[in-house]
Amino acid sequence: MSVTGIVRPYGDTTGDGRVQLSFTLPVPFGDEAERARAEGAALQLAAKMGLDQAMVVHAKGMGPDFTFFIVYGRVSHLVDLSAVTVAEREFPVLPAAEVNLRIRSALGRKLVVVGACIGTDAHTVGIDAILNVKGHAGEKGLEYYREIRVVNMGSQVGVADLVARAAAEHADAVLVSQVVTQRDAHLTNTREMAAGFHAAFGLERPLLVVGGPRFDPSAARDLGVDKIFGRGTTPREVASYLVHALAPETAA
Amino acid sequence: MTGKLNLDPAVIAQARELARLAGQPVTELARTHTTVSVERAVLRLAGLDGADQDGMPWVNRLTDAVRESVGLEHGVALPVWDAMTAGGYPDLRTLAVDAAAGLAKFRLPLGADAGTAREYAARSVRRGLDRIDAQRMERDRMIAATSDPPMPWIYLIVATGDIYEDIPQAQAAAREGADVIAVIRSTGQSLLDYVPEGATREGYAGTYATRENFRLMRAALDDVSRELGRYVRLTNYASGLCMPEIASLAGLERLDMMLNDCMYGIIFRDINPVRTFIDQRFSRQVHARAGIVINTGEDNYLTTADAVDAAHTVVVSQLLNEYFGREAGLADAQLGLGHAFEINPEVPDSFLLELAHAQLIRELFPDAPLKYMPPTKHMTGNVFAGYLLDAFFNLAGVMTGQSILLIGMMTEGVHTPFLSDRDLALENVRYVRRAAGRLGASFRPEPDGFVAQRARQVLGEAIDLLRKIGSQGLLNAIGEGTFGVTRRPAGGGRGLDGVVERAEGYYNPAASLLEVER
Repeated sequence: MSVTGIVRPYGDTTGDGRVQLSFTLPVPFGDEAERARAEGAALQLAAKMGLDQAMVVHAKGMGPDFTFFIVYGRVSHLVDLSAVTVAEREFPVLPAAEVNLRIRSALGRKLVVVGACIGTDAHTVGIDAILNVKGHAGEKGLEYYREIRVVNMGSQVGVADLVARAAAEHADAVLVSQVVTQRDAHLTNTREMAAGFHAAFGLERPLLVVGGPRFDPSAARDLGVDKIFGRGTTPREVASYLVHALAPETAA
Repeated sequence: MTGKLNLDPAVIAQARELARLAGQPVTELARTHTTVSVERAVLRLAGLDGADQDGMPWVNRLTDAVRESVGLEHGVALPVWDAMTAGGYPDLRTLAVDAAAGLAKFRLPLGADAGTAREYAARSVRRGLDRIDAQRMERDRMIAATSDPPMPWIYLIVATGDIYEDIPQAQAAAREGADVIAVIRSTGQSLLDYVPEGATREGYAGTYATRENFRLMRAALDDVSRELGRYVRLTNYASGLCMPEIASLAGLERLDMMLNDCMYGIIFRDINPVRTFIDQRFSRQVHARAGIVINTGEDNYLTTADAVDAAHTVVVSQLLNEYFGREAGLADAQLGLGHAFEINPEVPDSFLLELAHAQLIRELFPDAPLKYMPPTKHMTGNVFAGYLLDAFFNLAGVMTGQSILLIGMMTEGVHTPFLSDRDLALENVRYVRRAAGRLGASFRPEPDGFVAQRARQVLGEAIDLLRKIGSQGLLNAIGEGTFGVTRRPAGGGRGLDGVVERAEGYYNPAASLLEVER
């Protein structure tokens, strides 16, 4: 089968364009008139989504105000494979076992991460979601990784304390989360933190990683850190990045 | 030999005895120490509510002020109610405001003054316990006026972050068949060393547990219970740094079940082990009084460790939870011991293994309302396969007589459930109950077949582990990473600075009343 050119969804015949979808509309599904109107509403949505010959194969009222639909139909859209773009991520997201393996083979010891909420920010939800075993979004936090040693300093940590602890623990990486953004506190704090590490460690400083919902992920260089993670980051992405930056793949 | 698995009663008794030996030193620790949160719970039971303009509760302000001036080793009650009398304060709030401003004077009363303070404190706390007793009776009255649904109870979660959004969702879920509504807490609330105040509309992946949110949701579920003629239970979380306070608020506002595990906060939230065990004992005493069913968190072990290899750690933790729970006064009918359907579906005979584990736990704890958790770890995003796996979970649940089924979502791990996900999940469990609800009565594993042998093997491994824990001490075992995968030394973790050794003459009116009147 060709991997370039024009394709359509495949139901049971090449080019038939058949797809299936399910959705809920906030419409009642009570008496006959309501049911007819609900199905009509579902078909209208399907048509606007580019399905023709759409068929409501299942409709069910959920409580007095909602209806659930399963719809099959034929999409009129074409997929142009030559126009597919793939976003290149600078590092692959690895399973936990592979993260551990990479650290063992590249470092021969545990990778040390020191984490904190800096400045006046008391919102440890971000750093805890990344560090605690409990984790976030169904993924375990960095504490879960056997080859990562986590030191979580908690909230309202001063830059000097963070630098001192990172030195004492021989941190490979420092993770800082910032939720509060009043008067751009997150940017000021991050710059101050980066300056503190530059002053104390020079070029031998630990990897500096910052996260928070209001950061611009492309501003790392400007803020003097190595990496910025935005909203919705999972622990595995962070672990994978740490390995990418600190435990490069060794030749087999 | 008893039950369907040919378990030897002598072996079961031995497992319980080992759990008691492992737990006893920790209970002793809880009897001889207090924490800031236990002391704050005393003030909450005495009716101190509200917060200052920064949102810091008055119970925190007052407890901190007492601690700074005379320490907490004698408890908060003696200095507080002594100051109430000496300063002529009309109520605790007024005293707390003065204390926060540094205007109140505290001392440790002696002689007759101490007697006066004790009596005053006991009277004040008694009012909170009276309200808890009244709420317990109100629950019985509501159940009598509506009805108690048959088990297994269907347990559904809501978690929007906004209590006013949670309420219609919870009512809709109840109408769709949920017997128990759990309001998930905001991520990270367990690490706050205070309980937020008031109705809240913003949370991270959950809604803050506050007294007002408890009250609002219970009132909404009372409405829907009357509408449906079926009592709909409400669940929240007595875990984290404020366990004793949240337990008290839950009793005062008639929550029906509370997640409350003896080790969860230690392992998964890095809360100090000593703090956890002290807070846990007090919170369970309150739950016992309030008629609240606790839900323990053993399912979590299986999300970090392999569900086959670590099956016995679930049993060990359940035996410990049972020991600590009974010791604190909980009846067996209040022990919602947890476990989960988390074996990799690629493993051959995975369903037989699940049946073996679930049946084993059923037979070890015949009178406990076991809480069975659905698959999460092997839900891949293939929602169709996930729906099938959830059906097998439901089947294992009805076959082995589980009491509370947390309903699995086909979109687990994809997003917070859509309205339709929840509806489909309920359709799934309704079908299984209708089609196979009585299969358990005909389910007789061969006495020496695969299922029975596996169950006995897990019990044997649990006994070995309990013996090891007993010889090294539970705190050391936790420190060395026996549960979950993380080492949690007794001197580490959050909240240790809130632990205080009780001095001679320590007085806690709530603990005394709860201990004496159980």
